Amino acid sequence: MTERIISPPAIEVMGLYKSYGSFEAVKDVNLRVETGEVYALLGPNGAGKTTTVEILEGHRDRNAGTVSVLGHDPARGEREFRERIGIVLQTTSVDQYLSVAETVNLFRGYYPDPLPLDVILEATGLIKQARVRVGKLSGGQQRRLDVAVGLAGNPELLFLDEPTTGFDPSARRGAWDMVKNLQELGKTILLTTHYMEEAEYLADRVGIMVDGRVVVEGSPQEIAGASGSTLVRIRLPDGVGMPPETLDVHFVNGEGIFEIQTVTPTATLYQLTTWAVDAGIEFEEISVTRPSLEDIFIEVTNSNGQVRGGEA
Amino acid sequence: MNIVRLALRQARYQNTAFWRNPAAAFFTIVFPLMFLVIFNLLFGSNEVEFEGGTASLSTFYVPSIIVFALVGACYNNIAMYLAFSRDNGLLKRIRGTPLPPGALIAGHVIHSVALAILLVVIVLAVGVLLYDVDLPTTRMAAFIVTCIVGAATFCTLGVAVANFIPNADAAPAIVNASILPLLFISDVFLPMDDAPAWLTTFADIFPVRHFATAMHESFNPFATDSGFEPTNLGVMGVWLLVSVVIAARFFRWERRR
Repeated sequence: MTERIISPPAIEVMGLYKSYGSFEAVKDVNLRVETGEVYALLGPNGAGKTTTVEILEGHRDRNAGTVSVLGHDPARGEREFRERIGIVLQTTSVDQYLSVAETVNLFRGYYPDPLPLDVILEATGLIKQARVRVGKLSGGQQRRLDVAVGLAGNPELLFLDEPTTGFDPSARRGAWDMVKNLQELGKTILLTTHYMEEAEYLADRVGIMVDGRVVVEGSPQEIAGASGSTLVRIRLPDGVGMPPETLDVHFVNGEGIFEIQTVTPTATLYQLTTWAVDAGIEFEEISVTRPSLEDIFIEVTNSNGQVRGGEA
Repeated sequence: MNIVRLALRQARYQNTAFWRNPAAAFFTIVFPLMFLVIFNLLFGSNEVEFEGGTASLSTFYVPSIIVFALVGACYNNIAMYLAFSRDNGLLKRIRGTPLPPGALIAGHVIHSVALAILLVVIVLAVGVLLYDVDLPTTRMAAFIVTCIVGAATFCTLGVAVANFIPNADAAPAIVNASILPLLFISDVFLPMDDAPAWLTTFADIFPVRHFATAMHESFNPFATDSGFEPTNLGVMGVWLLVSVVIAARFFRWERRR
């Protein structure tokens, strides 16, 4: 852990602002990603995730704010900066007529100190496909080739833009294992995603972006915990009345289901269970749920009125 | 030196991919040869006027097909490649790597010029062996200079025009529509002897007719001098300079949104 404390952050962003004409895509983003960390940027479409990431990659310029990525200002487009990062875009765009190994080797040749071919193919699960032409790969394999190409230069920092969009569940599992492998190789990873479970599974820290700002940030557990409330849900047998009024029941349904939001779940459960035991009632169902990242996400994005339909 | 090495490496991979793509290989390599055979079958026995006398139309069609092949290998090939690469995100991907963009484009130009040289050699060989055409020995220097200026002009034109192709779907239409009519009115497929004056004047604005004229002149079987065509090469040179400026000024990494 001492290593983390002395390493400078991989990414440090302060007061980032970017507009396209009158449209303010990024209003005020502050971001810090530590070396060796997997950071997930979540947000609805149009929240400014892609613009933010593209500024960090050096693909776009900015109107205001300071940005430091591995100690470089990405806007300067220095070759040394590009030697140290890897970018995995959303689109597959390599020659259909080259094999997987040829493609990875082509990109390895751009870097002074590339990762060995077999290490890349191993990490991305493409060893068996090494001699297969790109045009003959399945969709999931092509996405993994995108990651393989992003890894070619042995980057310290890897940008993964929606790495599993369009995957079936088993392909997604495979991709997650791959990201875990990369993390074990010591890579810092900035990932954007639509999928909450992906962020929860992969990320050390998560930032939720809404309307051009990072509105919530922390580990998935912290974020879920910070919203505070736990949901206690019980179903009473027929003919039993209300639980005690002191419990602030916020949801009732005709079939005897009651839901209670609480920041002190232990005390709430104690009150509920003592009431039930005293009255000789056995709950037909009882569940205690902490809010998931998804619940928080929906709550945050709804309260900002920014949820939009459709895919980016 | 590093950028030269990277460009050559890029060209090598480009070349590998090219020969595995049957459609690309067919259009670039087989098409011009097919035209050479067809035109010779149809008109080979006719005669055409050169300065100093008349010769068989085969002596016209060999340089014509060299022009057609070179324009295809350079202009069509590069404009299509860049338009597709911009549309599918390859250019953006390259921009995120340390590869200098100049090395990417130079790599494709080297690949295209290598194809053009191969085609010129094949067309010359077919012309000599099958159609009894004389090699441009008297005017060899003029022939080579014309090939070089032509390759340079049509490669940069390809880079320049690709900037204005909005997406991959539009690429074949824009590339063909911009070059095929010019090839027809520029003494390439048909001699323009009977064409109205305004049409040749119009064709003379563009580089194709100047390229074709210079190329035909280098094959003139009655030639006794070196046969350099400063006016024709000069017009091509102006197009070359203009396209360098346009290629650089309007270059984009990503397609317009």
